[in-house]
Amino acid sequence: MTSLLVIIVLVLLAVALWQLTKIFDLTQVGSSSDDSQVASDNDNNVQGYIMFGFLAFIYIFTIYGLLKWGNLALHTPASEHGLLVDNLMNITWVLIFTVQVITQGLLYWFSFKYKGNKDKKALFFADSNKLEAIWSIIPSVVLAILILYGLYAWNNIMFVDKDEDVVEIELYAQQFKWTARYAGNDNTLGKANVRLIEGVNTLGVDMSDKNSEDDIVVTELHIPKGKKVHFKMRSQDVLHSAYFPHFRAQMNCVPGMVTEFAFVPTYTTAEYRELDFMKEKVAHINKLRAEKSVELVAKGGTALDPYTFDYLLLCNKICGASHYNMQMKVVVDTPEDYKKWLSEKTTLAQDIAAAKAAEKPAEGTAPAGDSSSKVIDTVKAVVDTVKAAVAKVAMK
Amino acid sequence: MSAEAHDHDHGHDHHEHEHHHKDTFITKYIFSIDHKMIAKQYLITGIVMGVIGIAMSLLFRMQLAWPEESFKIFNVLLGDKFAPDGVMANDIYLALVTIHGTIMVFFVLTAGLSGTFSNLLIPLQIGARDMASGFMNMISYWLFFLSAVVMLCSLFVEAGPASAGWTIYPPLSALPQAIPGSGAGMTLWLVSMAIFIASSLMGSLNYIVTVINLRTKGMSMTRLPLTIWTFFVTAIIGVISFPVLLSAALLLIFDRSFGTSFFLSDIYIAGEVLHYQGGSPVLFEHLFWFLGHPEVYIVILPAMGLVSEIMATNSRKPIFGYRAMIMSVLAIAFLSTIVWGHHMFLSGMNPFLGSVFTFTTLLIAIPSAVKAFNWITTLWKGNLQFNPAMLFSIGMVSTFITGGLTGIILGDSTLDINVHDTYFVIAHFHLVMGISALYGMFAGIYHWFPKMYGRMLNKNLGYIHFWVTAVCAYGVFFPMHFIGLAGLPRRYYTNTNFPLFDDLQNVNVLITTFALVGGAFQLVFLYNFFSSIFYGKKAVQNPWKSTTLEWTTPVEHIHGNWPGEIPHVYRWPYDYSNPNHDVDFVPQNVPMKEGEEVLHH
Repeated sequence: MTSLLVIIVLVLLAVALWQLTKIFDLTQVGSSSDDSQVASDNDNNVQGYIMFGFLAFIYIFTIYGLLKWGNLALHTPASEHGLLVDNLMNITWVLIFTVQVITQGLLYWFSFKYKGNKDKKALFFADSNKLEAIWSIIPSVVLAILILYGLYAWNNIMFVDKDEDVVEIELYAQQFKWTARYAGNDNTLGKANVRLIEGVNTLGVDMSDKNSEDDIVVTELHIPKGKKVHFKMRSQDVLHSAYFPHFRAQMNCVPGMVTEFAFVPTYTTAEYRELDFMKEKVAHINKLRAEKSVELVAKGGTALDPYTFDYLLLCNKICGASHYNMQMKVVVDTPEDYKKWLSEKTTLAQDIAAAKAAEKPAEGTAPAGDSSSKVIDTVKAVVDTVKAAVAKVAMK
Repeated sequence: MSAEAHDHDHGHDHHEHEHHHKDTFITKYIFSIDHKMIAKQYLITGIVMGVIGIAMSLLFRMQLAWPEESFKIFNVLLGDKFAPDGVMANDIYLALVTIHGTIMVFFVLTAGLSGTFSNLLIPLQIGARDMASGFMNMISYWLFFLSAVVMLCSLFVEAGPASAGWTIYPPLSALPQAIPGSGAGMTLWLVSMAIFIASSLMGSLNYIVTVINLRTKGMSMTRLPLTIWTFFVTAIIGVISFPVLLSAALLLIFDRSFGTSFFLSDIYIAGEVLHYQGGSPVLFEHLFWFLGHPEVYIVILPAMGLVSEIMATNSRKPIFGYRAMIMSVLAIAFLSTIVWGHHMFLSGMNPFLGSVFTFTTLLIAIPSAVKAFNWITTLWKGNLQFNPAMLFSIGMVSTFITGGLTGIILGDSTLDINVHDTYFVIAHFHLVMGISALYGMFAGIYHWFPKMYGRMLNKNLGYIHFWVTAVCAYGVFFPMHFIGLAGLPRRYYTNTNFPLFDDLQNVNVLITTFALVGGAFQLVFLYNFFSSIFYGKKAVQNPWKSTTLEWTTPVEHIHGNWPGEIPHVYRWPYDYSNPNHDVDFVPQNVPMKEGEEVLHH
C-alpha cells in the first residue's frame, strides 16, 4: 500500500513538473519563442524554487527517517568495549549531522538565492587564501581528534593481553554452519588442521596434542557474563565473517590462518531480553509476524512462530548460495550457569571413543560393498598424490 | 594522420593533409581513430551496459522487498533454471549482485564515464588535433568492447555467471565446489577483466602522453581546465593500480587452473581435503584493494572535473580556488593509493596496520572537504543558469557530501567493526561514488551532447529526469543507513531467516519502490538521448557561452578538430564575469587586453 502511494506521489510529481514547465513555456509565447534548449530566466526561476523545495525534502526526509527508523538501529551494546564504540559513534554522528545540515543548507540555499537572470552579473571571486585555510584547518583539527579517539579505542579492543584470564573458544566456520570448540580445563586449545578431519572429528583437531584431550565441541555458543571471551576463528573452506552485532564484534574467518577477537559480555540473554527497548522491539516484531501469519494462513501456509530474542552469530562475508542462513545461537549465561552447562558436555575425545565403539560391532558384519569403497578410496588417494605432485611442479 | 597531425610546430598548415583520404563507413563509424567518434562509442557502450547493470539491481531489489515471491519477469529474464515458477533462486541472486557491481564499477563508471569524456575532451580542451596515438585509442576501445562482450557471454554459461561478489575473494571465487558460478562463469569474468585492464592501460597511457605533449601554445599546466586535470590524474592512478589487479587476476587464474596455491591453503570442501598449502586469501584482498580503492577515485575524479567545469560555466563565475582544486585532486590521488587497507580492517591482518589505514583514510576527508566547500562557494553570488547539466552538478555535490560524511564512520576501524559489510556500506558507497559519479556522467552528457552530436537535448525532459532521479536516489539510499545500523548484512538473498530483522521489511519495500520508480524514469533520459541524436534541436557553436577551447571548434565534426590553425591560449579557463570585460565570458583563445593583469589564481 505504501509503495503504491509512493509511486503515485512520484508520478504526480513528474506530471506536475511537466505541466509547470509547460505553463511557463506558454507564458513565454507572446514575448519571444525560445526553443534553444538553453535555460531561460523562467527556467532558472522555476528550478531555483524547486532547489529550495528539494532542500526541504532532504531535511524533512532526514527527520522522518530519524523518527520512523531511528529505533531500528542497534541499541545498548551487550559488551564492555561496545560502550566505547557506541560513544565514538555518537560523537561522529553529531559531527556528521551538523556538517550535513550546514553544507546541504548552503548548497541549496545558494542555488535558490542566486538563480540566474539576464540582467545580473556574477561576482568575480576566484580565490581567497583565508577561506581555504579555514576550511582546511577546521576539518584537520576535528579529524585529528576523531583519529586519536578511534585509534585509542581500536587498540583497546584489538590487542588481547596474553596474561589476562580469558575463556578460550574456537569458532569454526564452514559452508553454511558454525561450530565452537571450548578449550576445556587446561584453557588451551589443541592444535588442529583440516587435513585431520575424520569422522566425528569434523574440526580436524589433532588428538595427539595433549591440549586437545579436554576440548569440547558444541553447536550452540554459551559464554559467561563478565568474563573476557577470547575467540579464535578458523574456516575450513571459504572466507566467512563472524559477526556478533549486539556485542559490536566482528572478525573474518580465513582458511589457512587463525584470526582472533575478544570481548566481555555484560548482559546475560535473560537480562538483555528484559531491557525496555528490547521488549518494545520484540513486541513490534511479533505484531508484524502475527499480521504476516494471518496472510500466510489465508494462503494455506503455516503461521510463523512468535519471536523471542536471542543473541546471534551471523556470517557476514559472502560464502556461497546459502550465505543468508548461516547463523548460530549465542547464549550469555551467568558464570555459574555457564560452568554447569559446560560440565554437562562431553569432550571431543569421549565423542571419538564413543563413535569408535559404535563402529566396531558394525565392522564385523561389514557387507562386501565395503571393500569396493575401499578401492575407490585408494584410487582417490593416488589421484590426490598425482594432483599434488603436478601442483608442486606447476609451482616451481 | 595521427602522428603527423600532432607535430608540435603549429605554424605548418596541416589542413590539406587531413583531407587526403575519404572515410568509408567502416573507418568513420566502426574502426575510427578519431577521438570524438571513439568517445561516442564509449558512451553508447557504457549506456548499454548501464541499462543492463541497473536492470539487474532492480531485479534483486524486488527479491529483497518481496522475498521468494513469484514474478513473471524473473522467469522471463532468468529462465526456468534460475527462476523456477518465477521465484528467484539464491545462487542467481548472488550472480546478479556480482555482475551488477562489476558492470557498474568497471564498464559504466570507469569506461563509460572516464573513457567517454577523456577521449572527447582531452584533445578538444588542450587544443590538439587528436590523441597522441589514434590507433592505440581505437585498440583501447575495441578491447573494452571485447571485454564487455565476454562479460555478457558469461551470463549465459550453464552453471551461471560469476557469483562471488564483485570483489571475487578466493577461495569462494577459486573453487567451483564452493559456488557454481566459480566455474566457467568466473573464468570468463577473469578473462573479461584482463582484457578490460589492457584496454584501460592503453587508454590511460594515451591520455597521459596527450596531456603532457600535445597542449597548444600558451596552454600551460595551470591553464588547463579542471576536467583535464582530473582526467590526467585519473589516468595516472589507473596506470599505477590496474596492473596490480591484473597480477591478482593472473595469480587467481593460476590457482584455479594450474593448481598453484597463491591464495589458497588448508581447504576441506565437499568431503575432501584439497592439496593447496601456504597461500593466503588476505594476500588477494591486498592486491585487489590496491586497485579497488584507487578505482573509486578513478570513478569519482572525472565526475568531479566535469562538475567543476559545468558549475563554473553555469554559475557564470570562476571556479573558486582553482589551484586549491588541483592540489586537492593531487592529494586525493596520492592518498587514494595508501588507504586500501580500510576495506580489510577485519580481514585478519595485523590490527596495527588497521591503525595506519584509519589514519590515512580519514586524511582524505580534508581535500574532499576543500573541494565541497569550493563548489559551494562557486555558487555564492553567481548568476546560476539552471541547465540540466547544472542540476546534475549540484546534485553531485549534494550526494558526494551526504555519502562522503558516512565515510568518517567506515574509515574509522573502531566504528567499522559493527557496520562492516552491512547495508550501511552499501548506502555509503552508492551515494558517494555510485550516484555521484552517475550524476557527473549525466551532467557531462547534458553539457557536451551538443559537442558530440551537434544537437541539443530537450531541457524539459532533462528537468524531469533530474528531479525524479534526485528524489529516488535519496529515497533508495537514505533508508539503507538505518537498516545497516540495525546490523543487516549485505548479500543476503532474503532476511526472513532472521526474525530479528523482520521489522526492516517495510523499509526494504520502500527502498525497492523508489528504486523501481527511479529506474523507470531513466527511460525518459534514454528517450531524450536517442531521439535527440536524430531529431534534437540543432546546436549553435557555443550554446552555454563557455570559455574552453572545445567550443571554438565547428559544430560539424572534422578530423583534426579545427579547420584552420589550432587556436593559441592566452588566459586561464575560468574568466567568467571578469570585471575587465563587457561580456560575462572570455574564451581562452582571446588575447589579454592591453594592461589586463594576469592573475595567479
